[in-house]
Amino acid sequence: MKATVVLVSVDSNSVLKGAREYKNLFSQLIGEYNLSEMVDVLETGSFGVYMDGVLVEVLPDGVFYLVKSTEDVKKIVEEHLLKGRRVSSLEVLPEKVRSTVVETEELVKETRIVLRNAGTIDPTNIREYIANDGYAALAKVLKEMKPAEVIEEIKKSGLRGRGGAGFPTGLKWEFTYKTNADQKYILCNADEGEPGTFKDRLIMEGDPHSVIEGMAIAAYAVGATKGYIYIRGEYYESIRNIQKAIDDAYEYGLLGDNILGTDFSFHLSIRLGAGAYICGEETALMESIEGKAGRPRLKPPYPPVSGLFGKPTVINNVETFANVAPIILNGAEWFKKYGTENSAGTKVFTLVGNVVKRGLVEVPMGTTVRELIYTFGGGVANGRKLKMVQTGGTAGTFIGPDKLDTPLDYDSFKNYGVSIGSGVILVVDDSHCAVDIGLNVFKFFEHESCGKCTPCREGTRVIIQTFEKLSKGTATKQDIEYLWQLAELMEKGSLCGLGQSVPVPLRSLLDNFKDEIYAHIDGKCPTGICKMETKKKKKVYTRY
Amino acid sequence: MSVDVKETVKRIYEEVKAKSLEDGDMLINALHAIQDHFNNFIPPEAAEELSELMNLPPSKIYEVLTFYTMFSTKPRGKYVIRVCQSTPCHVTGGREVIEALKETLGIDFGETTEDGLFTLEYSSCLGLCGVAPVMMINDMAYGNLTPERVKAIIEELKGGEKR
Repeated sequence: MKATVVLVSVDSNSVLKGAREYKNLFSQLIGEYNLSEMVDVLETGSFGVYMDGVLVEVLPDGVFYLVKSTEDVKKIVEEHLLKGRRVSSLEVLPEKVRSTVVETEELVKETRIVLRNAGTIDPTNIREYIANDGYAALAKVLKEMKPAEVIEEIKKSGLRGRGGAGFPTGLKWEFTYKTNADQKYILCNADEGEPGTFKDRLIMEGDPHSVIEGMAIAAYAVGATKGYIYIRGEYYESIRNIQKAIDDAYEYGLLGDNILGTDFSFHLSIRLGAGAYICGEETALMESIEGKAGRPRLKPPYPPVSGLFGKPTVINNVETFANVAPIILNGAEWFKKYGTENSAGTKVFTLVGNVVKRGLVEVPMGTTVRELIYTFGGGVANGRKLKMVQTGGTAGTFIGPDKLDTPLDYDSFKNYGVSIGSGVILVVDDSHCAVDIGLNVFKFFEHESCGKCTPCREGTRVIIQTFEKLSKGTATKQDIEYLWQLAELMEKGSLCGLGQSVPVPLRSLLDNFKDEIYAHIDGKCPTGICKMETKKKKKVYTRY
Repeated sequence: MSVDVKETVKRIYEEVKAKSLEDGDMLINALHAIQDHFNNFIPPEAAEELSELMNLPPSKIYEVLTFYTMFSTKPRGKYVIRVCQSTPCHVTGGREVIEALKETLGIDFGETTEDGLFTLEYSSCLGLCGVAPVMMINDMAYGNLTPERVKAIIEELKGGEKR
């Protein structure tokens, strides 16, 4: 490594702000000033919170700059790199990037376990991952631990599935471990489709080996020899980085036959999604790998007994696998220091919508919605007021400003009616209409419903018809009562998580934004977004 | 033509098959590779050839093709535009962006412009919400869109074609 390193955050979001052009300009200018011997320019993953430019870090000085134009790049090269003078006008305090902000008397800290390497290493270089304790956990389990001990450690850590459902990971592994079969599989669910979620994308782009290592450890623990990472077809950058990581891991003997000279063999391959949200459902994903349309299977049997190709299968989310290696290296007790009693560890949240600083942040479980929006997100954008927050993704809950102090973990839905889901915090300002937002959300479900079971296929359609009536001012109170019945029917009668979770946003919207919904029945849209049909009909109606 | 198609599909399938771990785990990846080769759609001859190579009935391949939104059995434009309609884009100006796209192109969702350049498609969340509203044109993503930027991007692509 050279004396000075310029790290440019080149994740998919930063690229759209010109990160790659800036990086190339850095390299070019450094060449022109004959600094190539001393300065390296490297691409890295996401630094986290997005501002209105591209973040770069100059090491070893540890200075962060926010670059918004090619002029800024020139300034940094000419002043900082050439003359050793900081460009204070472009500087961003490190606390603001790796957020450590004091609020009330407590310290809310960004705690990076999953994102430990994102934004600090070159994700396409396996040697940088190895230099940062990479594959040390895999070596540890292969040389020092029995499979049952690995499972016990994960169970003790309290790690739960980060895809949204929160099922205990260790238990899932144990079920698979205890099922006898000639072949078992490890699947990584990287079909990240929950609107507002892009954490898995940035983990795969910023630290692909952490996912592969987690999968290999799981394979050793349950006795699997083959695995697949199922990635969304639209995630071109993730596919590229994971493929490079797999190829390198094979080359270094960390995948393939007789890994690290032991009897353990594990083969890994990427399978692509093709634009179907439903394939994020675990059994639909398996159907898709088997070359079929992605329609969910009837459960039970569950995947640990009968999964891919009918064999016992562990399927976990990207973020879950990225947690595994640090737990093995540091121990379950260390992991349990973070988070809450029933939800150990951290969670990667994505801040989206009308929030000042959009991006992702990793914080301990139990962080409140308010802290996420105001401490890390910088509040509501454009000086507007907060109207609602949808937590957990499109299948998550709509809450009003009165519930902002809810700590988010796997119990917050049960205790406060606020779901954590896949970690989305969607901020909606007061210029938006609850009915219009609802229509958008339910159109998504109608489009993505696979059509296999009736409650989901027809239920989503009826919800949309009702919301369309609301938006025209022609809905009645009976329509709303019917929606409540429908919610129960869908929850109990749908085949898979898609239909079963539609009632979550539906009920919370009807409940927490009752006044606004009822105003639409009276023919008024408080924000003026819905184009109401003329009131003539109502007059005719009242005359009868 | 059809001999070419046969050979091409066979070559693509052999390439994809190298990454196979089990029988039958390659169909979706193979269809992606074929679609990339044949300008954003899967011609019937190619699907038939693949069905023979994989020993699958054509009806099964057709079912898969029509289930997944990224695949098309009809010719599409040179540029497939996938614009995000999900809520994070919707609340940050996505509605206006979609209107601007439809107006600039003169087509609705699922349609292709007469010059065969652009196909407009609906997409669910593309996972780029940090720079919403977003769209993808083939494998290129565009973020922080406004109606003006959308028009400029389309004009630029059109201009590039004329040259």
